[in-house]
Amino acid sequence: MQASTSILSATAIDKIFPGARALDGVDFSLHRGEVHALLGENGAGKSTLVKCLTGAYRRDGGRILLDGADVDPQSTLEAQNLGIGTVYQEVNLLPNLTVAENLFLGRQPKRFGFIDSRDMNRRAKALLAEYDLDIDVTAELAAYSVAVQQVIAIARAVDLSGKVLILDEPTASLDAHEVAMLFRIVRRLKARGLGIIFITHFLEQVYDISDRITVLRNGKLVGTRATADLPRRDLIAMMLGRELVQEVAAEHGAKGEGGEVRFRFRNFGRKGHIQAFDLDVRRGEVVGIAGLLGSGRTETAEILFGAERADSGTAEADGRTLDLSSPRSAIREKFGFCPEDRKVDGIIGDLSVRENIALALQARRGWARPISRSEQDRLADDYIKALDIRTSDREKPIRLLSGGNQQKAILARWLATNPDFLILDEPTRGIDVGAHAEIIRLIEELCGKGMSLIVISSELEELVAYSSRVIVLRDRAHVAELVGNQVTTDGIVEAIAASAGKADA
Amino acid sequence: MSATLKAYAVRLFPQVAALAVILLMVSIAFPGFFRLEMQNGRLYGSLIDILNRGAPVALLAIGMTVVIATKGIDLSVGAVMAICGAVAAAAITSGHSLAMTLLITLGTGILCGLWNGILVAVLDIQPIIATLVLMVAGRGIAQLITEGAILTFNDAGLIFIGSGSLFGLPMPVVIWFAFGVIVALLVRRTALGMLIEALGVNRRAAMLSGVSTGVLLIAAYVLSGLCAALAGIIAAADIRGADANNAGLWLELDAILAVVVGGTSLLGGRFSIAASLIGALIIQSVNTGILLSGFPPEFNLIIKAAIIVLILVIQSPRAQSAFVFLSRARASEKKTAGEAK
Amino acid sequence: MNPRYLPLTATIAIFLIAYAVCIAQYPNMLSTRVIGNLLTDNAFLGIAAVGMTFVILSGGIDLSIGAVIAFTGVFLAVLLQATSIHPLVAFVLALAITTAFGALMGAIIHHLEMPPFIVTLAGMFLARGMAFVLSIDSIPIKHPFYATLKSAYYKLPGGGRITLIGGLMLLVFALGILIAHRTRFGANVYALGGGTATARLMGVPIGGTTIGIYALSGFLAGLSGIVFSLYTSAGYSLATVGVELDAIAAVVIGGTLLTGGSGFIAGTLVGILIQGLIQTYITFDGSLSSWWTKILIGLLLFAFILLQKGLIHVTDRRRRHA
Repeated sequence: MQASTSILSATAIDKIFPGARALDGVDFSLHRGEVHALLGENGAGKSTLVKCLTGAYRRDGGRILLDGADVDPQSTLEAQNLGIGTVYQEVNLLPNLTVAENLFLGRQPKRFGFIDSRDMNRRAKALLAEYDLDIDVTAELAAYSVAVQQVIAIARAVDLSGKVLILDEPTASLDAHEVAMLFRIVRRLKARGLGIIFITHFLEQVYDISDRITVLRNGKLVGTRATADLPRRDLIAMMLGRELVQEVAAEHGAKGEGGEVRFRFRNFGRKGHIQAFDLDVRRGEVVGIAGLLGSGRTETAEILFGAERADSGTAEADGRTLDLSSPRSAIREKFGFCPEDRKVDGIIGDLSVRENIALALQARRGWARPISRSEQDRLADDYIKALDIRTSDREKPIRLLSGGNQQKAILARWLATNPDFLILDEPTRGIDVGAHAEIIRLIEELCGKGMSLIVISSELEELVAYSSRVIVLRDRAHVAELVGNQVTTDGIVEAIAASAGKADA
Repeated sequence: MSATLKAYAVRLFPQVAALAVILLMVSIAFPGFFRLEMQNGRLYGSLIDILNRGAPVALLAIGMTVVIATKGIDLSVGAVMAICGAVAAAAITSGHSLAMTLLITLGTGILCGLWNGILVAVLDIQPIIATLVLMVAGRGIAQLITEGAILTFNDAGLIFIGSGSLFGLPMPVVIWFAFGVIVALLVRRTALGMLIEALGVNRRAAMLSGVSTGVLLIAAYVLSGLCAALAGIIAAADIRGADANNAGLWLELDAILAVVVGGTSLLGGRFSIAASLIGALIIQSVNTGILLSGFPPEFNLIIKAAIIVLILVIQSPRAQSAFVFLSRARASEKKTAGEAK
Repeated sequence: MNPRYLPLTATIAIFLIAYAVCIAQYPNMLSTRVIGNLLTDNAFLGIAAVGMTFVILSGGIDLSIGAVIAFTGVFLAVLLQATSIHPLVAFVLALAITTAFGALMGAIIHHLEMPPFIVTLAGMFLARGMAFVLSIDSIPIKHPFYATLKSAYYKLPGGGRITLIGGLMLLVFALGILIAHRTRFGANVYALGGGTATARLMGVPIGGTTIGIYALSGFLAGLSGIVFSLYTSAGYSLATVGVELDAIAAVVIGGTLLTGGSGFIAGTLVGILIQGLIQTYITFDGSLSSWWTKILIGLLLFAFILLQKGLIHVTDRRRRHA
């Protein structure tokens, strides 16, 4: 029964960040010789769990057993030495070193006190031969494709660790052929008795390679199932949390549908980002965008806002052609955009809440027409009150606020510009329950005032609550549009699963 | 309004305090330090001397502050000073009018800034590398203009800029002070200051909020070039000639130091031109003070190094987090003490 | 061809073409004498530039080397003037001081997480200040051992001489190449330049390597100071101002990426030779002025920055489409 014994088991793992519980009593166990898929949307806690396992984070509670012994890795290096190796999506190797140097960094074979390059290269070649990889190991890593780099990273991790291999979205940028090559290697390692944790958002790959599936949602364990016993539809429901919702579709059926079409996008797209799509948005309407991670949700938002310039198609508002060639011109057309990654693309961390709120309006007015200080104060105070932004005062640097309050401040930044068209990318991610409800209430309010909104969310019940229509994305293309009574969580799950099935065939 | 004034006072306090301490120390060693005399309608004295000698670094610090606020750095200002000094001398000796000479010279500074700005904003080259090119080549270009010699001139108007006086103050003092006030007003009375700070803290987020990051970046380097041109004119007018070899030599380092002493982080963001100007005065006070107090001038650089190290330690991320930790601990102590009552 | 050899190849090609042009105009420049002088005249710069190459490969910068060279010169001159210790002992003392000085800067950079630019700027002021404190005059060194060292040379066919210091520079380059490519320390330097965060994840001792790099740079600046004092037979606190700039230029013209991670020690040698060649050409010409050196070096610098930028762009694009 060697094959079914647990090699790694984590019980009741807690991880608390200031203002948020990232992991809440999560149990996870990995068997020898199995591929275990770890699934969940962004912010579900899967990367936090992996970081707790690999020592990148210190857990705040729970036990981790490796081969039956308690372990508490303080760093990835220590975890690596214990036998837990990790390969990330952005390959964590050094592109400026040669393949052989990457494989043997820190443990180069020596001769007379100096590195024996010939021996190192010979060993590197032998190591890679186990993976059917016959390449020039003296070339820089950067010279090879991401797929080859992934294999090299796996070879290094297995060579160093050899008990548990964690693959964090390894296939995100690989083509079908490369994925097949990678999976051949994964199967071989599995046969050697390694426990493999596989994180991905490609469901067909999950069904292709994994033995068991664990799903996390909002930092909690949803469940662990054998892959063979879990239909795709049920899996999507687990990931997107349909079980919480009782359908009330009839109520929203009529929402916004009566208004005239205000924004009209035709054949709008950009090669390599999002396949060209048609989209109509009415006055006072919320159009929801659903799809799994990597399906082209953020790409859709970026192209609508000009953060990535469209290379095909037209955009019109009330029959007038829009210039969406840059964020600046999009803002001039009264567009607004709350990006998904608040910290990187949203907040200006060192500036005050007041300045963060005034920024977009000020940028649109131009530098020569400053918003007076008293006007800024009034603007900030108004929005702090209206959106209930919890801050000791408006002069506090925004980085000191909690995620939910940062999100509200960025919303305020756009509301201050009085936009006609507002794009919200995951507006409720990673924020506490209270702020969550307030933001949903706000979306409904804005829509009531006649604003047109595009909301991207992986919280399906939320989407259903406020959207009059939902666009479903997959593989960077718009694949379905649900209207009226079709807008239910079941309907969305169905649409995602159906299109997924279609692509598999 | 008083709240902003108070914030301003809090921001400038460390620099003003440091300057005061240094001046006091010098006055102890050199009793006549604070004495001012009026002669021929012009003030004389050690304090005036500090203001006057500090002019080039003060001017450079104005532009450098804005460049550093954008998360950049401009290594070329010393070389640009040399170029502009040479251009001014060449223009005036070849018979151009004073106004024309100034126009050509300031235009040259703007061109140099434009070159740096385009490398940084359009070609996306790291600022330290981009401005290195002009730092290396600039002095050669200046020598090319002066043909290696010190190009002297005796145009009264140009010389006046270096050694004349206005309102009882030496011209260089009037120029750096006026220019500092103009730029400070320009960035603070318009939205430029806030937009530049936003760009320096998070370029992508600023761009997504509609800030024209490219134009602002180029403008910052152009301002720095303009400041270097002014400093170059003053340096040349002061010695009545353009010395391509020595004009502005290593002043880029002093200017960067002035900005750092002024408390503007090299990582960009929040900036204060007033604080940088005080920083420039601190550096000049140390220089002049050592001279006056009869301390061997050899110690000048060592003291400068000590000041940098001190500021480094205070500003380092590690020390900052320690401060935050301490102040938090103190705050929570207070809180618990308050609750205990 | 492997793109990482492109900048180095370009450097060598530029040198060969430039030399060919020189010879075409002044056939006299094709002599071992010229080559010997090229090595001797640039020995101190070359040695310091080897240290700078390591620093830049790791993604840092060292502004202190010019000041450290001057300090070493003054230190030796004062020591040999005031005491009767043997120059070799003085050399060892000087090297110990400059190495410790570099290590201290590395420690501050690592532990206080401060930018190398500012830390080494402070180091530059400190070292120059220490030199001033020791003496503000130019002090001649008259020890007979200096004369012995200066007269040691290897005669090349054709009348050229490889002097002791010229030979020492070549030796330092050889050792530098060995360290860069044949030791774990060297591999770690490249790893640091490739990305500190990734290097840490891969187990590179960041602190030790950073301190080692600046200590090495300090050591080589000290050695360069010794060579410079042999070259000039004097110690002067105002000497070698701005040498760090020449060294940085040589490193970049030698094909090393200023942002770190990519380049070769050997390239720096060629970079030094190109700079020396420009100066030699100007001397041979007689009518050209010295400032053309700076302008040409600035232009070369710009060309190499653009070349590297282009290369990065191309590799990025290729990888994205891979």
